[in-house]
Amino acid sequence: MSTELPEPASKIELKPGVGGGGEIPTFDITLRVRRYTPESTADAYWEDFKLTMYGTDRVLDALHKIKWEHDGSLSFRRSCAHGVCGSDAMRINGRNRLACKSLLKDLDTSKPITVEAIKGLPLEKDLIVDMEPFFQSYREVMPFLINEGHEPSGERYQSAEDHAKFEDTTKCILCAACTSSCPVFWTDGQYFGPAAIVNAHRFIFDSRDDAGDMRLEILNDKEGVWRCRTTFNCSEACPRGIQVTKAIAEVKQAILSRTI
Amino acid sequence: MQVHKYDVVIVGAGGAGMRAAIESGQRAHTAVLTKLYPTRSHTGAAQGGMCAALANVEEDNWEWHTFDTVKGGDYLVDQDAAEVMAKEAIDAVLDLEKMGLPFNRTPDGKIDQRRFGGHTRDHGKAAVRRACYAADRTGHMILQTLYQNCVKHNVEFYNEYYVLDMLMVEEDAYREDGTAYKQKRVAGVVSYDLATGELHIFQAKSVVFATGGAGKVFKTTSNAHTLTGDGMGIAFRKGIPLEDMEFVQFHPTGLAGLGILLSEAARGEGAILRNSEGERFMERYAPTIKDLAPRDIVARSMANEVREGRGCGPNKDYVLLDLTHLEPAHIDAKLPDITEFARTYLGVEPYTEPVPVFPTAHYVMGGVPTNIEAEVLQDNDTVIPGLFAAGEVACVSVHGSNRLGTNSLLDINVFGKRAGLSAAKYAATADFVELPEDPEKFTSSQIDSMLNSTGTERVSVLRKELQDIMDANVQVFRDKDSLDRALVVIEELRERYKNVSVQDKGKRFNLDLLEAIELGFLLDMAEVMTAAAMHRKESRGGHYREDYPNRDDENFMKHSMSYRDATATTEGISGIRMETKPVIFTRYQPMERKY
Repeated sequence: MSTELPEPASKIELKPGVGGGGEIPTFDITLRVRRYTPESTADAYWEDFKLTMYGTDRVLDALHKIKWEHDGSLSFRRSCAHGVCGSDAMRINGRNRLACKSLLKDLDTSKPITVEAIKGLPLEKDLIVDMEPFFQSYREVMPFLINEGHEPSGERYQSAEDHAKFEDTTKCILCAACTSSCPVFWTDGQYFGPAAIVNAHRFIFDSRDDAGDMRLEILNDKEGVWRCRTTFNCSEACPRGIQVTKAIAEVKQAILSRTI
Repeated sequence: MQVHKYDVVIVGAGGAGMRAAIESGQRAHTAVLTKLYPTRSHTGAAQGGMCAALANVEEDNWEWHTFDTVKGGDYLVDQDAAEVMAKEAIDAVLDLEKMGLPFNRTPDGKIDQRRFGGHTRDHGKAAVRRACYAADRTGHMILQTLYQNCVKHNVEFYNEYYVLDMLMVEEDAYREDGTAYKQKRVAGVVSYDLATGELHIFQAKSVVFATGGAGKVFKTTSNAHTLTGDGMGIAFRKGIPLEDMEFVQFHPTGLAGLGILLSEAARGEGAILRNSEGERFMERYAPTIKDLAPRDIVARSMANEVREGRGCGPNKDYVLLDLTHLEPAHIDAKLPDITEFARTYLGVEPYTEPVPVFPTAHYVMGGVPTNIEAEVLQDNDTVIPGLFAAGEVACVSVHGSNRLGTNSLLDINVFGKRAGLSAAKYAATADFVELPEDPEKFTSSQIDSMLNSTGTERVSVLRKELQDIMDANVQVFRDKDSLDRALVVIEELRERYKNVSVQDKGKRFNLDLLEAIELGFLLDMAEVMTAAAMHRKESRGGHYREDYPNRDDENFMKHSMSYRDATATTEGISGIRMETKPVIFTRYQPMERKY
């Protein structure tokens, strides 16, 4: 609910230096990229690139600098470049991150910064993996609203409290950072993985949905939520700040309370 | 090379494409071809909301929404289309709610609504709460909800299939008055499979273009790297006109230096703009609705503050978006994502510090001309049977010379749905058009010559020069000299483009090659935008000519129509023919536009 606010002042005294500013520093980095170019070389290999970058640059800017100024064959997915499209999840210094949200200045630039494809999905070329198995798991949890009742003429009502029960999991951008950070997923390709469970959670806890039981049944499978070992890698990896492990725990709890 | 046959082929899987697919997929054998995985589309970056006169929190009606849309577009809006959009907005929101979209709610559980620029009560009396929203990620929720429903309806996607050409035939035909003309008909599209480098022909009775915009023509832009005007470029090369391409929206609040969008919802929730003197300068430019004036006015006002020396920062080249008078809890509830952008990318804490912002290229109001059934026109009124377009690629025209905030999310839902229905309906009775001989010939020779080129020009160098020249000369302020400067460089870049080579010679995931092809579309779009800007010797909406600072209804109350025509010259630019098309008026006569 929007609240009425008093009119802000027409004029205020700005603090000196407000709004950032100052010279943007430059610094040198080594980006160590895991290359895989099956059309020319059978095995993956590391390649170092020495680059001069700016203080506001992200890992994605460094990758673009390589592609645009050094080696056009370096291949990676990207689109929006500000953390909402989910194209550029990759392992940066061993942790799953979006390249467009990882500022270089926040990394240790005294050592080479390693960049490699996310793990657990078939590697296609350089930083590109086959996303199809990931989306297959997503589709299996029926990630869409199912409502058995007759269609209302207007909107369905939902209280702010009911909305809050699943709002966190609606933020998912399907980047696969969580699923491909999960050690269970690495060793067992059949496991649904955190992202699929997050998207099931988004509907199971939506007061407008009637198919929660069916989804809980799917996730009660041997490749379902019980494979989760609560290592919290997924929560740590999520670029949207979704509390993934908590969502999985809520799904586990829902299965238990349902079967009692 | 494989040939696929579908009743309906939809090109693009953003909001418009997927909204079309949900309708078409339930009625006809439908495929969606998309250069990205569907959930990567830039609809997901839209933030603030989607307007509809639900009147859930205060009095409102669709006629006021129509008026605001027409006035917001500085009367260059086709009013029949604006009426359709404002009327169908209500069902469009309810459709999304029923599909599962998690809107923010009022205390009594209804869809909540908030203020947005240019949306007013009773024809401009005061700002109105009309925008339905899901925090500041409304576009994300629309994109996810539409994708979820495509999964539900088993819509067939071809992911990472780049459509690079449209297959068209021309037939002799006669108008009612007996004059002969060439009737275009669509036979299908040619697409490039990113994973394998193979070409696939898709023969279809109906083709829907929903390929989005062309913001990457500019350096500072809120647009994704992939928004390179492909669909507009393909249509243009096929002799289909592009309407109103001089009108590009510069969103006022891009993060300074980066262009990343900070939603107008920030100002809808009470944030204001200040200059280096701490002054709320919009009080001078739009005394009634101030910071919630339409985007063209706010962007120009900001640029003017900077030009007159009241910019902030070491280079005095941006202004400030001030949220510091808002409650942190309110900011967290309503604007969580954009405040996170300010923290992540500029290191600014919006609770306590104002955020550096400057206008960023955001939206192309023009595009492929359509009627309200989303049918594409090959001239001012001749429909191309079987060809449809919706969303940013299209110009119906509901945005005229300046789009109101939230009306793009509305446009993709209303006209995406209409395009899907129209395409399925047409396919139900139409026959396939026979494919031309060697349908892939143009595309395969383009790819081969790019891969085999030993040219010395680099795509990234040309693209950067193009984006720099467009930012410097074709942004919020334009005049003949600046447009001339841009055109000289664009023509030079078009020549140099012939000498471009790519380093990646492989077939698998060759994004190097595709960036080169995308650059060709960008160059075409830059040329046509600049030519149309040169042609329009007046100031209206998003197009401001310093040498013609007033609106000139007598000479320019009409749409521009740019055609690729090797034999023509317009404004000294060879290869483009410029025509005009009347604006459709229903209720509202032009008035001076004040806020």
